[in-house]
Amino acid sequence: MSKRTVELELATPGLDDRGQPVRVPLGVADAPDSTLPEPDLAGEHMLINLGPQHPATHGVLRLVVELDGETVVRVIPHLGYLHSGFEKLGEYRHYNQIIPLTDRTDYLSPMANNVGFALAAEKLMGIEITPRCTVLRVIACEMSRIISHMVWLGTTSIDLGAFTPFLWAFQERERIYNLQEMWTGARLTTSVTRVGGMMADIPDDFVTGLREFTQTFPRTLSEIDRVLTRNAVWVGRTQGVGALTAAEAINHSLSGPMLRASGVPYDVRKDKPYLDYETYDFDVVVGEHGDVYDRYLVRLEECSQSNRILQQALVRLPDGPVNVADPRVILPPKSRAMNDMEAMIYHFKQVMEGVKAPVGEAYVGIENPKGELGNYLVSDGTAKPVRWRIRPPSFINLSALSRMAEGHLLSDLIAINASVDIVMGEVDR
Amino acid sequence: MNPTVDALRATFGNAIGRGLESCGDTIVYVARESLLDAMTWLRDTPQQGYDYLVDVTAVEYRDRERPLELVYQLRSLPRGAELRVKVELDPRGDLTVDSIVPLWRGADWLERETFDMFGVTFRGHPDLRRILMWETYAEGYPLRKDFPLRGRFSRAEQVRQALAANPADMRERLRRGERGKLPHSE
Repeated sequence: MSKRTVELELATPGLDDRGQPVRVPLGVADAPDSTLPEPDLAGEHMLINLGPQHPATHGVLRLVVELDGETVVRVIPHLGYLHSGFEKLGEYRHYNQIIPLTDRTDYLSPMANNVGFALAAEKLMGIEITPRCTVLRVIACEMSRIISHMVWLGTTSIDLGAFTPFLWAFQERERIYNLQEMWTGARLTTSVTRVGGMMADIPDDFVTGLREFTQTFPRTLSEIDRVLTRNAVWVGRTQGVGALTAAEAINHSLSGPMLRASGVPYDVRKDKPYLDYETYDFDVVVGEHGDVYDRYLVRLEECSQSNRILQQALVRLPDGPVNVADPRVILPPKSRAMNDMEAMIYHFKQVMEGVKAPVGEAYVGIENPKGELGNYLVSDGTAKPVRWRIRPPSFINLSALSRMAEGHLLSDLIAINASVDIVMGEVDR
Repeated sequence: MNPTVDALRATFGNAIGRGLESCGDTIVYVARESLLDAMTWLRDTPQQGYDYLVDVTAVEYRDRERPLELVYQLRSLPRGAELRVKVELDPRGDLTVDSIVPLWRGADWLERETFDMFGVTFRGHPDLRRILMWETYAEGYPLRKDFPLRGRFSRAEQVRQALAANPADMRERLRRGERGKLPHSE
């Protein structure tokens, strides 16, 4: 069966030959000649353009979709509308100066990105962080996971027509943002880590605030669960849609909830533990069918597992210093830098020259909310990396979109695209 | 060091270059011609079982004498082992290697990004187009070390080109295969 693809001219109607604006004809005078036979469109495909300015593409993603009736034949994603060249910028910056760039990649979980980069830089420099810093970073990562999954849940439910969970999810996210603001002074661009420590210790009320959050958050989760999990519309729109088998998910290099929903129990926190995650008691959530519904279940359950980790972290949070006691890496306090000659020299050298890393390279993957966020740093011995590579989880997860959407309806494409959980700041970087 | 390096050398002989360790990760250099065979062997040999492709990228050093390196990060999910495979290319010579998309579909966009940012051509890739930059982008490859941070064209030149661009002309240029080439280089 030969199919002909109709290519639509996407040009904007502008001026005609005489320079007059072209008008769209109104009324019946220009109706098609009814004596002509109806064109046969049965065998034709249609190309439609979705995005880059479209609320259901979760950012500036543009999809060119080839349709046979309402069935998706092909999806061609076009990226790069938010490309900022972070990796290139990183080659011109000191290690600590790169941390603000990491906020802006996956801006729905900025603290986890900060942690990922700091871990890679510390592995490269061979720095061992303090016990208090380790627990604080776990708290930062798990708070990020909850807010990122809350945004995902809210926006996806809106895409599929459920408005109420969106409001609940964003209320919870707001509470975490208040805690982040308390800690760092910023809600979104936190830049909370430094190489060898954190930018600040947590303030006095933080532990109380976070404990209150962990006690009340499960109630919201169970409300969302009650509204969505057995909802006929939700189940009908998501079950059996965009399914990937375990072998396909591995072959497409998927990671995070996308991989686990397909039944692969791989979680970086368990399989290549960092920040002492192996000492926390939590479960790796694994799906069965790999469809949109299972991805929803995995993310919802991950929120309660993150809550468990937060509770354990609050219990074990040790006292002690946050930063390593190495004046070559950590800036001395301003009062010392102003009064002590040696501290001033270290302060000057760090600000002017930066922290030098030995020759070598390091890759650290951490379990970000979107999947495995890798930071790959190559150093030639100077204070600026030769190469800073982000392994962007949502970029790689998005590359399976065409495979998942082909053969489904156009409306399912929206559900599948939402289930990937992309954030364009990270996809385009 | 990861025992896979010795097993690779026993199978492929001289095609396997030096193996070294950096920050606990094992790195092994593979000759460009044997890349696809070595990757197939790493994935399909049961004792190795590197079934998961973590990342594909490239590194160009500030030292102009050093070769450009292609970096493949592999992982075996059942064994939990990791291996970093590197291929050295002459940055001023032919930047062509075999694509590994036939082995891992996940390499599709990663190779496209490496092509987009470094100008490495992957032979056998089903759809090698620029991915982050637009298809008619003519300033070169942004992550190469000879590419200035601010780009090659001035803001005025970029505006001039954007105003002069028209879809028919772009379509014609794409049809002729003018992708990722500097306008005056050839």
